[in-house]
Amino acid sequence: MSNAVAAPKKGGFLAGTANYLDERVGVAGILKDFGRKVFPDHWSFMLGEVALYSFLVLLLSGTFLTFFFQPSMIPVIYEGAYGPLKGAEMSIAYASTLDISFEVRGGLLMRQVHHWSALLFVAAAGLHMLRVFFTGAFRKPREINWVVGFVLFVLGMAGGFTGYSLPDDLLSGNGLRIIDGMIKGLPVIGAYTSSLLFGGEFPGEEIVARLYGLHILLVPALILIFIVIHLFMVVIHKHTHYSGPGRKDTNVVGYPLMPVYVAKAGGFFFIVFGVIMLISATFTINPVWNYGGYDPSPVSAGTQPDWYIGWLDGALRLAPTGIETVVGGYTWAWNILLPMIVGVGFLIVVALYPFIEAWVTGDKREHHVLDRPRNAPTRTAIGAAGVVFYAVLWAGAATDLIATNFKMSLNQVLTSMQILLIIGPVIAYIITKRTCLSLQRKDREIVLHGRETGRIVRLPHGEYIEVHEPLDEYEQWKLVDFKDYAPTLARPNAAGKITLGARIRAGLSRFYFEDRIAPVTQGELDAAHHDHAPAVEEKPKKAVAAKKTAAKK
Amino acid sequence: MSNKSISSGDSREHEAEYEYGAGLAVLPADRIQDPGLEPHRVRMTDKSIKHEKNAARQVAALFFVSIFGSAFAVFAYFAFPLSEELGTVRLNTLLLGLGITLGLLGIGIGAVHWAKTLMPDAEVSEERHIARGSEEVRARAVEIIKLADSESGFSRRKLIRRSLYGALALFPLPAIMIFGDLGPNPGDTLRHTMWKKGTRLAKDPSGLPIKASDVTIGSVFQVIPEGLAELEHHKLEEKAKAAVLLVRLDPSELKESDERKSWSYDGIVAYSKICTHVGCPVALYEQHTHHLLCPCHQSTFDVTDACKVVFGPATRPLPQLPITVDAEGYLVAQSDFTEPVGPSFWER
Amino acid sequence: MAFMKNKGSRRSPFAAVLVMAAGLALTGGGYAAATAAVDQVKPVSAAASAAQIEEGRKLFLANCASCHGTNAEGSAAAPSLIGVGAASVDFQVSTGRMPGQASGPQLEKKKVQFTQEQIDAMSAYVASLAPGPAIPSDEAIAADGDATRGGELFRINCAMCHNAVGAGGALTEGKFAPSLKGVESRHIYEAMITGPQNMPVFNDANLTPEDKKDIITYLKFVEENPSAGGYELANLGPVVEGLFAWVFILGLIIAITIWLGAKSN
Repeated sequence: MSNAVAAPKKGGFLAGTANYLDERVGVAGILKDFGRKVFPDHWSFMLGEVALYSFLVLLLSGTFLTFFFQPSMIPVIYEGAYGPLKGAEMSIAYASTLDISFEVRGGLLMRQVHHWSALLFVAAAGLHMLRVFFTGAFRKPREINWVVGFVLFVLGMAGGFTGYSLPDDLLSGNGLRIIDGMIKGLPVIGAYTSSLLFGGEFPGEEIVARLYGLHILLVPALILIFIVIHLFMVVIHKHTHYSGPGRKDTNVVGYPLMPVYVAKAGGFFFIVFGVIMLISATFTINPVWNYGGYDPSPVSAGTQPDWYIGWLDGALRLAPTGIETVVGGYTWAWNILLPMIVGVGFLIVVALYPFIEAWVTGDKREHHVLDRPRNAPTRTAIGAAGVVFYAVLWAGAATDLIATNFKMSLNQVLTSMQILLIIGPVIAYIITKRTCLSLQRKDREIVLHGRETGRIVRLPHGEYIEVHEPLDEYEQWKLVDFKDYAPTLARPNAAGKITLGARIRAGLSRFYFEDRIAPVTQGELDAAHHDHAPAVEEKPKKAVAAKKTAAKK
Repeated sequence: MSNKSISSGDSREHEAEYEYGAGLAVLPADRIQDPGLEPHRVRMTDKSIKHEKNAARQVAALFFVSIFGSAFAVFAYFAFPLSEELGTVRLNTLLLGLGITLGLLGIGIGAVHWAKTLMPDAEVSEERHIARGSEEVRARAVEIIKLADSESGFSRRKLIRRSLYGALALFPLPAIMIFGDLGPNPGDTLRHTMWKKGTRLAKDPSGLPIKASDVTIGSVFQVIPEGLAELEHHKLEEKAKAAVLLVRLDPSELKESDERKSWSYDGIVAYSKICTHVGCPVALYEQHTHHLLCPCHQSTFDVTDACKVVFGPATRPLPQLPITVDAEGYLVAQSDFTEPVGPSFWER
Repeated sequence: MAFMKNKGSRRSPFAAVLVMAAGLALTGGGYAAATAAVDQVKPVSAAASAAQIEEGRKLFLANCASCHGTNAEGSAAAPSLIGVGAASVDFQVSTGRMPGQASGPQLEKKKVQFTQEQIDAMSAYVASLAPGPAIPSDEAIAADGDATRGGELFRINCAMCHNAVGAGGALTEGKFAPSLKGVESRHIYEAMITGPQNMPVFNDANLTPEDKKDIITYLKFVEENPSAGGYELANLGPVVEGLFAWVFILGLIIAITIWLGAKSN
């Protein structure tokens, strides 16, 4: 760094430190490259940050908890502070969880911080994924980062579940019981895998310590690594931005890292932490003392996993009756395998979606300007269908609570969910797609003829018209700046053959783009303005005609 | 900032770097043109010194709130100790937590308020560069790889290459194998429980044996084998298999196969409590419908009809424990269960 | 862990007794005052007077006989009440479940239709028909038992339907196990010995009177002591916690992000 070499040391302590660091790690170069990096500003861009900060809070509160928690399943007699468990036999893990809650000042607070932030971590990550999906932020060059983010979401579920199982109370023990049952249901390896995992028969005295190792070392380490990769790629790609005047695929518009973004993002960490702290100080989460130590005989009504595992539990509940089969003396537990296949299949589709869409569109360009969800109707509709599918499975895990709270029959709720799981996504797809297309048509209308003002004017020759207010060019740009695709036909390849792949691709491109609304072109805009010399006027009849041309693919 | 350029002209400069195929994208020639960045709107704090001073005061006040909160949290830590009274835990959690909350939110909201009101709010634009390297860079990269290949002889020396593949394929094997001692081979443990001929049925958790006369119609007993409560080792493992639910029905309501006629005693039937779906305790007994419901996944079993599944994801009926009474009138098992209890597994 | 000892290690056999005694004093003593008011209601004495029985019979004929039969022998619409005992009548009528009204999956708690005197009379009448479970004494339902034991028994025998702290839960076909929050000790006891509707009967051989007392002690402890962690989310477990995290925490944070992303004026 030439400046560091040349500049004699002057100024105070700060300058001295800066000089010291620069001469050793080249901090000036780093600041020069990154100090004024631009980040676009939008509330929905902060969801990933929420997940990141929740994770930091998890690390901090989790480290505190490790100082007191003992992951041992050796039975002890509890003689701590909580009255209704005094003298009860329980594992050391559960007893130490009770001690954290009742005998460590701030211990219960930290347990609640840890648990609430775990729920928030996965929720924020999930919502961030939805934002990325519905705005098309996963398109080239970010497909790999989508997969990295997906892995983070799955790791979040794994971290959550391993943590949920640690207190060794009745709730977590029954959760493990279900996992044991699912593992046993695997063809061929089921019983062996269960025995390896639990160190013999369920529940054994090993599982809590083993999950603890995963929970405090392996899973967080993996999450950290993937977060680093995730953020590294964000730096490489620079953040996407929403379409707007001056925002292009070739630039990024926003605020510089220093000072605005450092203050905003840094302040936001404290805000997220503060909100988690506020909730943890005031709302109980997982009152383990209510459940008692794990015992395989009792169970509590309303035994459910944390929300992010709920959809898998729901899948288990919604499996039809009596689908287990025995072939040649060996059991195929389809009532377990089918939900697993559905769950894993759903995750695979989510992970691969960017590649599927890229293949269909064949668009190899880089995309940095986000789509408004309405401008990609098929993608948005697919996303809505996926959300409904997931939501039904999720609600499936709460059939009993839905039944009691809304005074319905448990059996009818469950059967309705089974039906809804199949038809819900289809309905969501159709409604969403139609809604998107309507919104796009409305956008076209607004661009071509301006906004309705509700002011009715009588013209000299007696005709009544509603005055339409034209858009300024900045507003107008937001409504016309989107990517438009047209379906393709299956074309023969170099050898003159129409391959199966080409056929599928053609079919998919029809599925995606058969119904489409093109953005308004300058020609159309000029024509619309030309038609009605004072641009504020519009005749309803003409509007219908324009709509028809717009709807034409 | 060298890259602070607000370019508004040609939107095709991107393709100038490298021409990517647009696939099915439609690129109309007469697209509406990007008007470029909107003009900057000036904030009150930029226009009026009064507003600016106010904002500065607000930011400082928020930081003072934070200082107060953190100090209060330290105070609360000492001032609200824990005792055996549950309320003290609640109070400690609440006040310590609220103190820290103020400490955090004060900093956070203060910093954001500072950024929003007092730091420049004009958006700037920075150019992006496509990820793809330029032709020269790519050519150089290929060159390096080719050089590395020729220098090492990776492509040329087939024997080395293939033996390396073999070595790499096998080296993780020991890493997998050493997990073998995580648990024993399950053997036939899943097929047997503590129940054997003559084991008395005992109440959970006391372990007191149950007389047939104790079990009145409509009652349900949560049962463990006698002796389980005293086990020193593997108590939970045995309980996880041996837990039984005991009910008495009007004998006329029971639909029993000939084979199982002798398994009940005067309308008293004993069934495994471990769900044949994924192993939750199926313990919700409805006295009048005689249905057993699993609270985890809602499998429902009909006690009058050999505990067959009438609803929910389970397939197999709950295994029945054959019972009778001994000379003293206590209920005893005739044998172990005749099939494995609990969730399905491959070789059951 | 100063408060835990390995089971295998040296431990005075009296330690547990001492701790239990301390627990009893703590939980029972604190609660005695609270239950005093509840127990003001005088249960029917064992020796009901003939006049009371006659009064009960009249009330029965006027209000119950249309379903349960003029001699309480039952009908297609309602079960026989011979041998159900005073406890059953007291539970059903003084929780308002009887006389039943709407036909639904199960009878629900509603406004009580009779005075305690009238209920006592009907109880006495039904009890006079055949021996059955009697209304428990104040002593039997006093919440001064062992909450730890009560908790364990509650989890083993009751929690599968009523939830680990008695928040209630679903049964099949629209039936449900009601929440036990705010239910009088006497009614809890009576429900255990009589098995109302689809609830099984827990006779004294299954849960001894002492067991029942312990269970009541546990339930009252849970009811009296607010959660150590702050507001409870209805004690319904992870589903409600998940919903809360999505709607309130994430909602609050999104509101903040919108403020954060909005331009200052």
